[in-house]
Amino acid sequence: MSITVKFFASLRETVGKEEARLDPAQVQTAQQAWAAATDGREMPANTLIAVNMEYAGADAAVADGDEVAFFPPVTGGCGDAAR
Amino acid sequence: MSIQLLGEGFDPWQALQQHQADNPRLAGKYGATSIFVGTMRDFNDGADVDCMVLEHYPAMTQKHLQAISSEAMSRWDILDTLIIHRFGEIRPNDPIVLLAVWSAHRSASFPACRYLIEELKSRAPFWKKEINGEDARWVEYNTPG
Repeated sequence: MSITVKFFASLRETVGKEEARLDPAQVQTAQQAWAAATDGREMPANTLIAVNMEYAGADAAVADGDEVAFFPPVTGGCGDAAR
Repeated sequence: MSIQLLGEGFDPWQALQQHQADNPRLAGKYGATSIFVGTMRDFNDGADVDCMVLEHYPAMTQKHLQAISSEAMSRWDILDTLIIHRFGEIRPNDPIVLLAVWSAHRSASFPACRYLIEELKSRAPFWKKEINGEDARWVEYNTPG
């Protein structure tokens, strides 16, 4: 088993990958998952985090089989100004 | 509660008729239907836009839209909700999102519909990338409604 890390939208382009798999023995939090998957890159301040498709904080616990996602602020819907 | 994520264009008015036809239990029960349709403009932030690519996080999108639909059903006295949202390549004048709420009275359907669009825009994991000729840029944030 492993921890799956996903990157979306502009963050995927910044990091240069859409997915990574991590050894659960090396990673206990979302922040550590970011560091391990990005070779220690600094996380942009506006990054949003989800653990198993639920919003979570950087210190959220992650474990074997979990999916951790990192993405920029969301911009769905429409009908008014998206700037 | 119905949620559809579509990779191809749709007609929101036809979708509303279809939903009502598919849910005969609603007939005679609702006196109010509140609707929001979001459509792509051909301009944004002072620049022309040729088309847009809408990316999402499928499993989380579905889960989030399900959660806000359930929340709307529990918070207001409403009978049903419908959310349809596009992903993929979208062109100006294409509908992007349809939200509909059915209730006995408008005092429930209006705030529930407003809640759904505001929650969707601020929390559902969708991201827009605008394409203008050779230029492409990610839309960085939504403004308040």
